[in-house]
Amino acid sequence: MEILVCVKRVPDTAENEFELNSAGNDLDRDDLVYSVNEWDNYAVEEAIQIVDNVGGSVTVVTVGDDESEEVLRREMAMGANNGVLLSDDAFEGSDGKGIAAILKAEVAKGKYDLILTGAQADEGAGQVGGMLSAMLDYPYASLVNKIEVVNDTTIQVGREIEGGNQEMNEIQLPCVLSIQTGINEPRYVGIRGIRKVASVDVPVKGAGDLGIDPATVGKNGAKTRRVDYFVPDLGDGAEMLEGSTEEIIEKLIEKLKAKGGL
Amino acid sequence: MTQIFAYIPFKNGAAEDVALEYPDAAKKIDPSAEVTAVVAGTGADLDKVADAMTGIYKEVIKIDHAELAYPNAELVRKALLDVLPHDALILLPHDTFGMDLAPGLAVKMDSAYAADIVDFEGLDGKDLKMIRQELGGAVYTHVASDISSGAVITVRPGSFAPTEDTAAGGSVVDKSGDVKDLSAKRKFLEVVVAEVGDVDITKADVLVSIGRGIEEEENIEIAQELADAMGAVVSCSRPIVDAKWLEKSRQVGTSGQTVKPKVYMAMGISGSFQHLGGVKGNPFIVAVNKNPKAPIFQVADVGIVEDILEFMPELTEAVKGL
Repeated sequence: MEILVCVKRVPDTAENEFELNSAGNDLDRDDLVYSVNEWDNYAVEEAIQIVDNVGGSVTVVTVGDDESEEVLRREMAMGANNGVLLSDDAFEGSDGKGIAAILKAEVAKGKYDLILTGAQADEGAGQVGGMLSAMLDYPYASLVNKIEVVNDTTIQVGREIEGGNQEMNEIQLPCVLSIQTGINEPRYVGIRGIRKVASVDVPVKGAGDLGIDPATVGKNGAKTRRVDYFVPDLGDGAEMLEGSTEEIIEKLIEKLKAKGGL
Repeated sequence: MTQIFAYIPFKNGAAEDVALEYPDAAKKIDPSAEVTAVVAGTGADLDKVADAMTGIYKEVIKIDHAELAYPNAELVRKALLDVLPHDALILLPHDTFGMDLAPGLAVKMDSAYAADIVDFEGLDGKDLKMIRQELGGAVYTHVASDISSGAVITVRPGSFAPTEDTAAGGSVVDKSGDVKDLSAKRKFLEVVVAEVGDVDITKADVLVSIGRGIEEEENIEIAQELADAMGAVVSCSRPIVDAKWLEKSRQVGTSGQTVKPKVYMAMGISGSFQHLGGVKGNPFIVAVNKNPKAPIFQVADVGIVEDILEFMPELTEAVKGL
């Protein structure tokens, strides 16, 4: 099975405390730690496991700047066979549809049976997989937490739905799936693994290589755009307990007693 | 005037809560907007929901088709494309159904798409101004969509005030005849119901709930000791289940269990909306997190900025000494 996994380089929510810049309209990006989007690691792991079982190859692709190459190499160190970087100034400012259109152009250059994305990334929209599938007229399932290959043209997938229940579907290939965390346990990538793929060629493709009209993507093609980041006035929030740990615990115990916690 | 269509998901003949929340959202989009409810399904359940919606909406579009007995997103998309004008503004919930349907619908409608909107700030020419979050709720953003050729927008359930006006006196319009081909390359098979775990967290009065801040599997014991001292039960957020450190039945959130404790101890939990969506009944929430900017502090009653791995053992000792 030929599998394409779409990945993204994102600010790491576990490693950063996010602050606005001095103008107050963007994140302060100077010291942000970036990594591969958490959901994407599950997607790549799933792709590798499928190929281990039924044969084929895994290609990872991203739309981004030069620095995005590092996440492709990380996923190749996990075991993806190929990486492709889609990069062009014309791509900047794309909305979800713009990103999906760029990916679609790359999909058209290959012959993939299965296309995976993470269920969502840093922006939390969870949109690119569903859009890509509609553009390709492929079937789609989101929030997938189980994949079973039935034969060359059919797979069964489980979707995570409300209440911890699982919705089972049969889907014809080729298709697009967005992968939920917990579907597998992504393998660890060490420094040695990264070194092994350091010299592998990762082709870079721009709008011209992909046959994309620059006016249809990027800022110009976007119907939805982020205006700015801001800090809302959310009221007071929690009553913060301060002082020494001992003092805090004393205050907390009083409150817990009053509220039925003890 | 903006024409807004609100898609009403339902289960067992009852509309989901978001049906009551769309009118507030629509008013914030455009106070003069007309809102039409859209219900798709089949049989008696569908009729019951369509009827109920006439209390809230002036017009209710009903799409009845045997193939829609289960809301397969691919089929619902086809039905909506046949029934709704393609420059419409369509509202859907940002949940597991909306996420499945909405992005592809926006492509096929050739509309703008905006996801997981928590507030609207009205129209400005062709632009609809909206608010959403990024980075797991750590930051807020203003976004704008050009809705001149239509828009598909998912709203976050629980973000808009439920309407109390249930005497709209609306009527049902049957558009089932507009639907053409309903075949799909994705076929619904069955829903596998979640397994019941060793402990029922939905029955607990006090939950010690752990998140990423627990760091290592063996540290769960620290939380269990606190729970034992308090007569509480240990629950958790999604990353703990993803790591297979606790059973799925212990997970609080929209994709896990809905709990209604008296006291909820959020230990090292950042507080994503998916997690908080599973905490109901307005419990007293205590949040301990070493990140003072964690979103959980916005919803907690009491907040403590400490490392849970150091704080919990001290609290355990203090509780034991009572």
